[in-house]
Amino acid sequence: MHAFGQILKIETRLFLRDFGSPLTTVALPLALLLVFGLIPAGRQPEAQFGDLSFIQYFAPSLLVITLAMSAVNILPTVLATYRERGVLRRLATTPASPAALLAAQLVLSLATILVSAVLLIGVGRLAFDVPLPRRPLGFTLALVLGTAALLALGLLVAAVARTAKSAQALAVPLFMAVMFFGGVYVPRFLLPDFLVRIGDYTPPGVQALLDAWTGTSPHPLHLGIMAVVAVAAGATAAKLFRWE
Amino acid sequence: MPVIEVTNLHKRYGDLVAVADVSFTVEAGEIFGVLGPNGAGKTTTVECAAGLRVPDGGGVSVLGLDPRRDAAQLRQRVGVQLQESQLPDQLRVSEALELYASFYRDPADPADLIDRLGLGDKRNTAYKKLSGGQKQRLSIALALVGNPSVAILDELTTGLDPQSRRDTWALIEQIRHSGVTIVLVTHFMEEAERLCDRVAVIDRGRVVALDSPAGLVSTVLPEQRVRFRPSAPVDDRLFTDLPEVTAVQRTGSQVVVTGTGDVLHAVTSVLARTQIIVADLRLEQSTLDDAFVELTGHRPAE
Repeated sequence: MHAFGQILKIETRLFLRDFGSPLTTVALPLALLLVFGLIPAGRQPEAQFGDLSFIQYFAPSLLVITLAMSAVNILPTVLATYRERGVLRRLATTPASPAALLAAQLVLSLATILVSAVLLIGVGRLAFDVPLPRRPLGFTLALVLGTAALLALGLLVAAVARTAKSAQALAVPLFMAVMFFGGVYVPRFLLPDFLVRIGDYTPPGVQALLDAWTGTSPHPLHLGIMAVVAVAAGATAAKLFRWE
Repeated sequence: MPVIEVTNLHKRYGDLVAVADVSFTVEAGEIFGVLGPNGAGKTTTVECAAGLRVPDGGGVSVLGLDPRRDAAQLRQRVGVQLQESQLPDQLRVSEALELYASFYRDPADPADLIDRLGLGDKRNTAYKKLSGGQKQRLSIALALVGNPSVAILDELTTGLDPQSRRDTWALIEQIRHSGVTIVLVTHFMEEAERLCDRVAVIDRGRVVALDSPAGLVSTVLPEQRVRFRPSAPVDDRLFTDLPEVTAVQRTGSQVVVTGTGDVLHAVTSVLARTQIIVADLRLEQSTLDDAFVELTGHRPAE
């Protein structure tokens, strides 16, 4: 336990020291929230968003940035790099286990996602009157399942990729798909209907987050798919993962 | 009791036999070298001893423990520096040592170890910014931070410049003086000759020689050459009559006497008896390098 604590402390330091990681996972979505929130039109309810303001409608997509960056980009790249450089192998020769390092990375991802979610919800509420999630339980469930699905996919990439380079090659298209269907690149109301529907079922499930944030319960099928992805990808990753 | 006992070790990866049949013992306090051409099975052998791989046959015992069954105990007492194992770029020297120290029950003082390994002025430097020699010293420090009884060091000085290599050798001698038993995997014969008390030469998964470096050379290539320039003409028969001598050759004013055993003493005794003064007297012995080529048919990789 002592070793795990030390590993987590060091991995957190390395995460913060690598300027790009906190910037893209936490600072970027928050900065976008501030930019869109400061545009007056972004705060007016609009019929095309179901009487929500644009930032309210777009906030779940900002959370998708954090989720995608942390779970399918940074996590697999870091793990594949550690394996390629023999960091995991070296740990296997000490009384500490490489599993402790994997666990520390997962905790770090979860913490990043939690911090970003709290900041987006809190700043949205305080600065731009975005209501707090109206279905806190449903929102928590949607966030937990969406996060689990993406982390499992990230671990699957880390399991399949032999080197940091091939992890990147796999992670980048996945990352872009998650961002696209999560409505980050093009807000979803501009997408054709069938792409929006695909997005509903693409991890982390931006529609379920939006529903729970703005008033209705998340659709059970949306949540169910996330659970299935999490279990299937997670189990496959566990089967394929190698320490060296 | 030997510190490491490897008995008829066998290990294959699929159809590829990495280690066919390897046996040796390592005694307490010695520096034991594992030599061999690339792909001979050196690394696999020590990885089995370190508990990183499960042998397909034979036995390994380290400090009287089974590397698989008693893995937790053994990891407290065996320090391992692996071939080509790096650290995260942004990790600082002191952070790396403090982190690894936290894994052990009775670790060395990281600050003290940093000084001993000559990294004192680099303690706050990121791994990425270290030179090759400094990275290697940090890697050795990590293998030692748990105060191990045994240190297994794989390809210690590969990729280092000659000065860093010599510095690293001095370091290894210093570690041995502190009572640590060391297993050194290397393909540098000069390194083995300088550091090792005994070496096992492994070729194609088998031990082909097991001796001290000097013993190995004198068994495999017993011939030595005594080269000198005599002050007065000498008769070849003076030397060919000696039992140690096998041949006498002349190149210009130089005489080259080839022989085995204590040929130098035999030649100098004859010269003294006949009151011949010699200049440029040199003894040429085969090196471990030559013996290695003789044994394995490979040039040691440089």
